[in-house]
This record gives sequence, C-alpha cells and structure tokens, in this order.
Amino acid sequence: MNWGSWSAFWHMGGYAFYVWGSYAVTLLCVVGECLLLAHRRRTLLKTLNQMHRLGNQDGNETPT
Amino acid sequence: MMGINWFKYSSPATFYPLAGKLIPLFYTLAALFCVAGLYVSFFVAPTDATQGEAYRIIFIHVPAAWMSMFIYLVMAFWAGIGLAFNTRLSSMMAQALAPTGAMLTFVALWTGALWGKPTWGTWWVWDARLTSELILLFLYIGYLSLTAAIDDPRRADKAGAILALVGVVNVPIIYFSVQWWNTLHQGASVSLTRAPSMAMTMLLGMLLMALAAWMYSIAAALSRVRLIILEREKHTTWVQEMLERKP
Repeated sequence: MNWGSWSAFWHMGGYAFYVWGSYAVTLLCVVGECLLLAHRRRTLLKTLNQMHRLGNQDGNETPT
Repeated sequence: MMGINWFKYSSPATFYPLAGKLIPLFYTLAALFCVAGLYVSFFVAPTDATQGEAYRIIFIHVPAAWMSMFIYLVMAFWAGIGLAFNTRLSSMMAQALAPTGAMLTFVALWTGALWGKPTWGTWWVWDARLTSELILLFLYIGYLSLTAAIDDPRRADKAGAILALVGVVNVPIIYFSVQWWNTLHQGASVSLTRAPSMAMTMLLGMLLMALAAWMYSIAAALSRVRLIILEREKHTTWVQEMLERKP
C-alpha cells in the first residue's frame, strides 16, 4: 500500500496536476467517444425508421 | 478453418448482427482490465525511485501510444485489403478504426506533455519521437477529412486507402525513432530482447491497461462499423426487414 491517507493519494507526491490531468483528459476522451457513438446511433435509427415508415419514397437504389 | 465460413462473415448483412453480439463482450472485458489495471497502477506498483509519483502517467501514456500505432497498422491493413479485393466491409472497418486511433494518438501526446513538464522541464520538444507521433495524428485527421470530403463512398474508400498506406511508413519511424536519433524521449519501456528494466508490478499495470485500451478499441470500432454499415446499406432489403422487425 503506497498511500497513508486519501489526501496523500490525491496529492500524488506533489504531481497531482500532471497525473490527474492525464487521467481526467483520457476519461473525457473515452466517455466523449462513447456518447458521440450513442448519439450517432440514435439519430441514424430515427432517420432510417422515418424513411422506412414513409415507404422509402426515394426508391430502392442499388446498394453502393 | 474449423468449419467457420469466413466468407460468410465478410458480408455486411451477416457481420452486422455478429458485431452486435460481440460489442457488449468487448466493453465488459475493457472495463474489467481497466479496473484491474488501475488498481495495480495506483495501489500495487511502487513509487518510482527517480520520478516519484509523476511516473504513474506511464499507465495511460504507453498503452495509448502503443494502440495509436497498432490501430493505424490495422486500419491501413483493412484499407489495403479493401483497395486490393474491393471488399466493402474491410473499407468500412478501416473508416471505423480511424476516430478511435486519432483519439488515442491525442491521448498519447497529451499525457506525454503532462509527463514531460515535470520530468524534462518542458511540455514539448521537436524531437523525432514526439514529431513523428504528431504526424501520426495529422495522418488520422487527414484520412478522416479526405474520406468525409468525397461523397461517393467507394471512391472515398479508395482515396483513403492510398493515404493510409502511404502513411504506414511513419509507424516504424515512431517506433524506432528513439534508437535511430538522439532523442530526449526515453527508450522502449518493454523489449522482447532485454530483461524488464522496471518493477514487475509496474509492467503488470501497464500491460493490463494496454489490454483495456485494446478491448475498448475493438468495442468502439465494432460499434462504429455497425453505424457505417447501416448508413451505407440503408436501401437494401435486409436493413428494411430489420427495421420492420425492431423499429
């Protein structure tokens, strides 16, 4: 066990800004990517379902 | 091959549900490796003798840097297969990998800067390792911009593949830069030819976090490739039938 207390843990031997700055930005990037993917999926399915309900009026093109 | 018909899975219609089944598995594996990796990184691995606690950035920095190069190679591989054999799914896979690769490249650069400041006294130097990793980020962004700028998906695939393949030369430059040039950046953390120079627990934390990053990348790329498949195949019968079944 490296840390005497939680405050020592968050203090990171004086390097808190660098260590937690690295971990926080990484977390933001990963969570951000997951949220973007979820949002893209929701909007895409909404659009596709609308198109489908409208009976695909733009016709069945050959798949590209 | 063990009775599995691989050609069957190279069709988007068959791959779509298969990917859907695999995604939760890879997200779960990523979470498990991440929890184990963070525990080892912060509560098992000792304080570094020379760098104190600042070295704990390694548990993000090295896995992100490894994956940034590895994803590029996989992306270029699938893009090249798509270019050579005109297989649609491989080109879609390449496009699905690029954003995750770009994100991890940014993470590698960011954590590197935050590690460089306390250890070297500077956020950034134009040395070979840092510059070639920055070029990797530009290659990802270039690939994403180029494929997004071309309307016809098949032409976008071809143009993107050529860019991706030309950029492959940069990956060995990143990897060997610390040996070829006199850089400020330290040498390889892990080598197959030398005994590990760091404590086993430090190495274990790094490997667990690398596995977490790998599993996460697979999950994110599979999620994205399903969206690309839907976008490109929206007029096909199988997508219409699927919307019929579960709107």
